[in-house]
Amino acid sequence: MTLELKGITKRFGALTANDHIDLEVNAGEIHCLLGENGAGKSTLMNVLYGLYQADEGQILLDGEVQHFSGPGDAMRAGIGMVHQHFMLIPVFTVAENVLLGHEKALGGLSGAKQKVREISDRFGFHIDPDAKIEDLPVGVQQRVEIIKALSQDAKVLVFDEPTAVLTPRETDELMAIMQQLRDEGTAIVFITHKLREVRAIADRITVIRLGKVVGEASREDSSNELASMMVGRAVELTVQKSPPVLTDNIVEIRGLTVLDAIGQKVVNDVSFDVRGGEVLCIAGVQGNGQTELTEAIIGMQPRTTGSIKLNGLELQGKSVREVLDSGVGFVPEDRTVDGLVGDFTIAENLMLDRYRGEPFVRVGSIDRAVRDEFATEKLDAFDIRAQGIDTHVGTLSGGNQQKVVLARELGRPLSLFVASQPTRGLDVGSIEFVHSQVIASRDAGIPVIVVSTELDEVVGLADRIAVMYRGGVVGVVPADTSRDTLGLMMAGEPPAAAPADPTDPSEGAAA
Amino acid sequence: MTTQQPAEVQPAADERIELERAVVKHWKAPISYAVLTAVSFILMVLLARDGLARLRLASGGDFFQIPDALLPVRATGVVVVVLLALLTAFSFWAAATVRKVGAWLPVVFGIVFVVGFLVWAGAGAMIPIPGLLFATVGLSVPLIFGAMGGVISERAGVVNIAIEAQLLGGAFTGAVVASATGSTIVGVFAAMVASVLVSMVLAVFAIRYFVEQIIVGVVLNVLIAGLTNFFYSSVLTDNPALNSPDRLPRLNIPLLENIPLIGPALFNQTAIVYAMYLIVPLIAWGLFKTTWGLRLRAIGEHPLAADTVGINVPRLRFWNVSLAGAVAGLGGAYFTLDSNGAFTREMTAGLGYIALAAVIFGQWHPIKATAAALLFGFASALQQTLGAIGSPVPSEFMLMLPYVITILAVAGFIGQSRPPAASGKPYRKQ
Amino acid sequence: MNDTPRDADDPIEPVERDRPGGSPDSGEQPTVVHAPQATAVTPVATAPGATDDRTVEDDDPWGSAFRRIMGGNLVMALLAIFASLVVGGILIAATDERVQAASGYFFARPGDMLGAIWDAVFGAYSALFQGSILNFSRPEAGFATMIKPLTDTLNFATPLIAAGLGVAIAFRVGLFNIGGRGQMLWAAAAAGWVGFSFQLPPVLHVLVAIAVGIVAGAIWGAVAGALKAFTGAHEVIVTIMLNFVALWFITWMLRTPGLLQNPASNNPISPPMPDSATLPSIFGPPFILHWGFVLSVAAVIFCSWLINRSSLGFQFRAVGYNKSAALNAGMDVKRLTVLAMAFAGGFMGLAGAQQVTGAVTTGFTSGIDAGIGFDGITVALLGGSTPWGTFFAGLLFGAFKAGGFRMQAAEGVPIDIILVVQSFIVLFIAAPPLVRAMFGLPQPGKKSRRQRRDEAALKAMTQQKGAQS
Repeated sequence: MTLELKGITKRFGALTANDHIDLEVNAGEIHCLLGENGAGKSTLMNVLYGLYQADEGQILLDGEVQHFSGPGDAMRAGIGMVHQHFMLIPVFTVAENVLLGHEKALGGLSGAKQKVREISDRFGFHIDPDAKIEDLPVGVQQRVEIIKALSQDAKVLVFDEPTAVLTPRETDELMAIMQQLRDEGTAIVFITHKLREVRAIADRITVIRLGKVVGEASREDSSNELASMMVGRAVELTVQKSPPVLTDNIVEIRGLTVLDAIGQKVVNDVSFDVRGGEVLCIAGVQGNGQTELTEAIIGMQPRTTGSIKLNGLELQGKSVREVLDSGVGFVPEDRTVDGLVGDFTIAENLMLDRYRGEPFVRVGSIDRAVRDEFATEKLDAFDIRAQGIDTHVGTLSGGNQQKVVLARELGRPLSLFVASQPTRGLDVGSIEFVHSQVIASRDAGIPVIVVSTELDEVVGLADRIAVMYRGGVVGVVPADTSRDTLGLMMAGEPPAAAPADPTDPSEGAAA
Repeated sequence: MTTQQPAEVQPAADERIELERAVVKHWKAPISYAVLTAVSFILMVLLARDGLARLRLASGGDFFQIPDALLPVRATGVVVVVLLALLTAFSFWAAATVRKVGAWLPVVFGIVFVVGFLVWAGAGAMIPIPGLLFATVGLSVPLIFGAMGGVISERAGVVNIAIEAQLLGGAFTGAVVASATGSTIVGVFAAMVASVLVSMVLAVFAIRYFVEQIIVGVVLNVLIAGLTNFFYSSVLTDNPALNSPDRLPRLNIPLLENIPLIGPALFNQTAIVYAMYLIVPLIAWGLFKTTWGLRLRAIGEHPLAADTVGINVPRLRFWNVSLAGAVAGLGGAYFTLDSNGAFTREMTAGLGYIALAAVIFGQWHPIKATAAALLFGFASALQQTLGAIGSPVPSEFMLMLPYVITILAVAGFIGQSRPPAASGKPYRKQ
Repeated sequence: MNDTPRDADDPIEPVERDRPGGSPDSGEQPTVVHAPQATAVTPVATAPGATDDRTVEDDDPWGSAFRRIMGGNLVMALLAIFASLVVGGILIAATDERVQAASGYFFARPGDMLGAIWDAVFGAYSALFQGSILNFSRPEAGFATMIKPLTDTLNFATPLIAAGLGVAIAFRVGLFNIGGRGQMLWAAAAAGWVGFSFQLPPVLHVLVAIAVGIVAGAIWGAVAGALKAFTGAHEVIVTIMLNFVALWFITWMLRTPGLLQNPASNNPISPPMPDSATLPSIFGPPFILHWGFVLSVAAVIFCSWLINRSSLGFQFRAVGYNKSAALNAGMDVKRLTVLAMAFAGGFMGLAGAQQVTGAVTTGFTSGIDAGIGFDGITVALLGGSTPWGTFFAGLLFGAFKAGGFRMQAAEGVPIDIILVVQSFIVLFIAAPPLVRAMFGLPQPGKKSRRQRRDEAALKAMTQQKGAQS
């Protein structure tokens, strides 16, 4: 089956998410759709899948124009989708999830179980049709998504950012599956922004940027060429920084363990030190405990054991309020959810964690004059582009929102600065600004911890790198460790007797 | 309430290693048992009453007559408390060793407790058990229908605070239409239609206009109370003929009604009650074994996932909420066409909220919700019976029971209360 | 879910970085400088050229349910009120006997029926107006008689305003306080008990009684708040259930001699309040408007300060808008939840105390709350959950109540119609698109169904993403 998209255009209000996009996929080939986040890849695929209706353009299957009014139509036409956020019902079994929506066609639950076993055997998935989804690991859940699509005899399979939640090894396994599917004659659309994966399995590559097709590329093109097509500029992200000047400030983390709601050790016996004047970057694939680690430092994780000593002061077991009061600045991973109150003004957000006592509060009342003065000053100092301090933060762009968070967190005296994914979803200019602030904090002589899943950012910012894998720290290595080694570490392989860093020999033991 | 202790890594199937798990122990249930046992100890041993309690177990038409049970109050109290203490100890042991306990434990515990309480409360008097059971069924019927409406609606993702309005609207319409047409059957259908209309208002506001479902529910309760009061005062009081429906006839089922103890309670009822015996298992079967149920649960758990397999979520929600109204409407009809015989102002008297409590305490499961409704009905019937023989416990405390139990349930002290994931969340929120 | 093209394991930048010696691994020993424990970090003055200047990406990225409640505008409110009065008018006309009689020969003489409808509806609403604002039917009776209805309105509005605040403040923290009934009952019981059990100097006595009532309501509210905060129980369920627990408990106390029962009665009713524990009339007879109204106004002013100006209100609003951000900012969300419900219960308590010290001073029953706890919900919703909005909404519903009694007496229209109109107002307020459609107004920023559908799906996905990450 050949799938053609012709001139697909999709607008959301003033934003044109897809601008006359053409795409063609043939049976037995893997067509990669490469682009930055926000380039419009997922929108395009949701149009294809009938979740969105295109404003202009046509979808053709084997030359015939299709009209999808909903995902059901797309499915019947032979299009299957493996969603980035799995469309599985957690309390249902595998078979029930496969059955849903196709009760007649599959012949009831027994038919669905049969189908699951059949497909599972074909690809060596070993999936129990009666297992509940919520009991399955992420990688297995993804396979259920694939089974779901295949159970509908999909001729065109769309994989939307399928590797975001996978470890390198699971990624390799997934790619093998995709290749097997291709060899069986399935047309595959593979949406990603990861160049390595593209170059490994793509038969054709289409690059899109800002909603438009930039051009086709070949897998033989170098990563640099692909990347520049994707981002439209020479990829260069160097962080200007001088050698670290270490100070006496120190945060010492020993045996930190965090349990999640169902008792899993999401952070498992983590120990490391960070000295004042250095940046420790925590690298790793998303979901390996980084989020929980930073939340444990800030006091957000109730089921934490171990020790976090900041300049000799024990932070573990303290409330968030006490941790903040002891001079910890924290940039949370998801600023819109954890960092800001969207319905509050910039001025209110800038005093969000200083709602008690001087300078902002007097006898229980908020001193608006002081608040506004502070906000005006920060608006200027951090170059927050907004109409004024009374603008609601929810209406700001991501970059400006992040600047509000930084202005607030760096606006009080700090003894430790923790930033989790501080540049996620930001434009280049804002990324540079954030990086310069991180380095400025380090140069002010306080310990800085930055969590990032972007290896480039890690290498650029870090003075030392800790890699996390499944809740544990695989190792703490110098910033100039080779990317191959770091990649192996992210898959859980300890560094091959790499000399741990000279400042603190105890850290090697954490691996 | 929980403690952790580390356990070894569990090797997962498919060689995909899960994160290390620590064992979580749940102490809430044993603590609840312990508290109840302590209460029993205080009542039945420390505050023991003298004399004998006579439990009448037989009624007129039984196949064979079971003699009355004459129980010494003090001795029974001691035995009951010892049994409860043993069950509590078992529960603690099970929690400490992280063992799963079946549903039998709460059931046995409950029965032992109830027997002990009955004997204690009935000291020096006679408690007619068949009458108590008959009253229990009667008081439970509207609760069960209401709870079924709640289960269907909430499983589909729409919180149904408006059960009270559905019952009241059904009761009123049933009475008026049955009186006007002279047909109770037409009245029952009219009651269902009225409840469906109430449900549709809830559905339209919740699904089409994305109004907070709890607000719609609360307002609907006020609205229907206002409307029925208004029509009652302005129309029914002047036209009593519109409020004198025939009542549904009692249909005795031969043989079955002669079963001792439960026969008269279960098989000397009206068609509405027999319909209930069919509807509850039908809903339970439908919910978990049919396509309808699969889709219903899907839109209540993860509507977007349902949408991606081609299910029209808003439409399905709308019709299922309407269906919930139809079921609750039967409960409404029961008020005026079975138990009472005429409409009175706000005659549901908060029973819709007890039905809601049964939904929650019954963990959104039709059978468990029915059991919860029966329990609440039993508490209510017991309060009436004890009132007649001069109860040692103020009747108000018995009336409080359903509400206290529900609070304990949502607070996690009794059972696990996990509502459908998307319940109360509008889909395609603007 | 990386957001930039750089890949975690993708060496796209093979060029060796220029790394001047001094990094911890370079062999050079880094200089150790003693720095103060806490360091103020000054931002580096960089003005990046490529900063993103787009302001609005999504018109409502936080999409809170409460925005709709609070974002009411006056025009929509007026239209909703008008539409609800029309609905009420239809009901009045439909149940009017003359209209029913005239409808029998509608085709013969349609004018009769239309006339009857006009008489019924106009008569009812005219009575409503005269009973609530200005009685112009007997101008010769003097100014006092003319404006007495207005003071009656304020009188009926008094507990409605307090109860409305009890709902509104909870809304602002993201909580539904359906527990007004229980909170009012406890407050009434406590205030009443202080009233008839103690002997205190006149002004002090009533103030103490009301204060105790407020505390009692606050405690009952805090119980619900604590259950929510510490066990995660849904406050709607808890408050509903606590209403009935309170109802039966107070009923029991009212029928138990030695507790709340009037020794001179066999009925479940309390002793009457002594004069010292009664809120006096502001203007003296014949006006029944008592000083409780002033307390309600004071409560509005206090609530306004609390929500908009105080540090606590700042935390309340932060929790209401975004609980996660509040947690991250070090706010004790559990404590705030309990406190918010305590304040909510306190305002409800004021309403309950006003009932026993002002409205019904001859001894109270378990019906003392008179549905005001539920009315408070509609008042707060109409008032957009702001203190002054609640005040005016309370006045409106107070007027309905005052006028409703006259309407019932003069025109024979049952006062229950007021409940119906009130409910419709709230339903319409909550669904502006419906009201706009009814009045044929353009939907602002109207998007095609398709657009809305797509955006919602997009939002649902991003929410999912938020939940997963």
